[in-house]
Amino acid sequence: MSIQTIPLKVDRRIISQRFGLLLSFLLLALVLSLLSDRFLRVSNLVNILRQASINGIVSVGMTLVILSGGIDLSVGSVLALSSVIGASLMKQGTPVGLAVGAALLMGVFLGTVNGLIITRGRIPPFIATLGMLTVARGLTLMYTQGQPVTNLPAEFRIIGAGAVGPVPMPIVVAALTFLAAYVVLTRTRYGEYLYLVGDNLKAAYLAGVPTGLVTVSVYSISGFCAALAGLVLIARLNSAQPVIGIGYEFNAIAAVVVGGTSFSGGEGTLTGTLLGVLLIETLNNGLNLLNVSGLWEQVVKGVVIALALILYQLLNRPSR
Amino acid sequence: MKRKLVFVHMILIAAWLLAACGGGGAQATATSPAVPTSPPPAVEDTPTEAATEPMEETAAPTGTAVEAEETPTGAAATEPAAGGVVMTPVPTASEAFTLGLVLSTLNNPFFVTLRDGAQAAADEAGVELVIVDAQDDSARMTSGIEDLINSQVDALLINPTDADAVVPSIQQANDAGIPVFTVDRGSNGGTVVSHIASDNVAGGRMAAEFLCEAIGGEGNVVELQGIAGTSAARDRGQGFNEYMSENCPNAEIVAQQTANFNRDEGLTVFENILQAQPEIAGVFAHNDEMILGAIQAAEAAGRTEIVFVGFDAVDDAVEAVNDGTLAATVAQQPELMGRLAVATSVSHLNGDTVEENIPVDLSLVTRE
Repeated sequence: MSIQTIPLKVDRRIISQRFGLLLSFLLLALVLSLLSDRFLRVSNLVNILRQASINGIVSVGMTLVILSGGIDLSVGSVLALSSVIGASLMKQGTPVGLAVGAALLMGVFLGTVNGLIITRGRIPPFIATLGMLTVARGLTLMYTQGQPVTNLPAEFRIIGAGAVGPVPMPIVVAALTFLAAYVVLTRTRYGEYLYLVGDNLKAAYLAGVPTGLVTVSVYSISGFCAALAGLVLIARLNSAQPVIGIGYEFNAIAAVVVGGTSFSGGEGTLTGTLLGVLLIETLNNGLNLLNVSGLWEQVVKGVVIALALILYQLLNRPSR
Repeated sequence: MKRKLVFVHMILIAAWLLAACGGGGAQATATSPAVPTSPPPAVEDTPTEAATEPMEETAAPTGTAVEAEETPTGAAATEPAAGGVVMTPVPTASEAFTLGLVLSTLNNPFFVTLRDGAQAAADEAGVELVIVDAQDDSARMTSGIEDLINSQVDALLINPTDADAVVPSIQQANDAGIPVFTVDRGSNGGTVVSHIASDNVAGGRMAAEFLCEAIGGEGNVVELQGIAGTSAARDRGQGFNEYMSENCPNAEIVAQQTANFNRDEGLTVFENILQAQPEIAGVFAHNDEMILGAIQAAEAAGRTEIVFVGFDAVDDAVEAVNDGTLAATVAQQPELMGRLAVATSVSHLNGDTVEENIPVDLSLVTRE
């Protein structure tokens, strides 16, 4: 298993998977456009992209973590802690740039702590980040005393409520995040190392990959992405709540896994994740457009996601 | 080998999906209703409380003040609630009873107001009221109740810190033959004569009545629902829908979607509904968090014609009412709650029969 053969092997499988997923996505879009005449309107499609951007940003970090063979359950809490800190700083009169920087640094710091607990403490990622999920949420509640931080400065709100031409800002931020991560994953040695670490940690180590550094860094990146998503979200809401982001780890993991990234690491792509994010958000949008009862919503969501997974599993089979 | 791994992953995914759904749901149930609650403790003693308690106590320091003043202005729509605080008669005690009132905390304006209402009622009835502050500590509450049992009070009015932790204490009071009444939060066991808590169904009706009038009795209406299966969502929704179908026939409820008591979901769900519905006259949400999210969505979309009504009167919502972005929010009345607790226990001690559930009316916070 040399370095050159791995990308080849991965690509063939991933392409067929991605095609299956694209097909599921298009099918869903087709069904929704038949059921609701408002689905295909430009304003609704922009709306879906804007809503998908938050989970999209979180999912970029999650993709890297899962590619490395880990998992990050703490993203929702990290998002909350970094964004309430950023919001409070702004309310206290700290310049917006500085407050944003502090929030992002907080995300990186919490992610790095996750990574160090996993590599140095030899604690499984599931447990380490589960601990961070609780601790960061608790700190958020303590820090805010359970109260929301509302009415943020107008120049900060641009990143959530502003737009570049006709494109809402959250979409721009998410697109840039995806692009940056895509370049890192496919065009740099770091990306290559990441796939190796996820595929076979021991082999990667023996081949001279700085496995500890790579592992810690993916959690730092995941923390950064969570904090960035949090900033966009609170700018959109004009308020940072202590309970913000609960359950976001579920949305991100679902998007990554639906996007074809393997839980055992080393296999998967960001384009898959992008499709996964869009599939889930389109589904949410469709359920609201069609006014599906809240009692049925979760069932419908689960069934559609399962069908999408089955479809691309079927398409994937002949290529093995 | 690979195939086996894939299988293991699918099981893992399935397990994860299930766990996440269950866990996420429970967590959300616990935390979202706790938002308006007294900050740190409320979020800690969550699941049992959220499951059993019909209503979270609203810690709205300014809110409660505003609400007390504003109640009369909303009086046209809410006579029973507005008049309630003053009008509810407190029976005169047949003997010089002593009542023990055990509160989960006095570090929260909601309960301070509740205590004041109880004290005033006790003075009117001519009974003595002994007040214990458990400081949000179940152990302190247990010892406080023990002390009151030992000093042989005639009745216990308990606002539990935790619906489970209070059970042994209530059983102890039952053994000593002292009647127990629960206030705001219920108990999961023991014998309780009456439970005195806010009437969420009436609150939903109150919101519907206001909304119906505000939109002139016609147009498209949206309901943003709380977490499916919680008592708050069920009761508030029931009251709202009953009123709308009975008394507001020309308004059509065009969308009923859950946003899980969350502000960010209120934003995204309402964004989607805005896409589906070109014309919306009014929105009712089962709590303020969701309505505040919906207001952000409407503002971003430039849909300024919509009337918004929330529930809980949290600080942000009261501020939004004052700004004019939120038309109204339903508030609890802790003073009345305290008053009714004392009145009910005195009636019981006088030998009258009392109801098992004493609903406390809510009031509407609106702009002048």
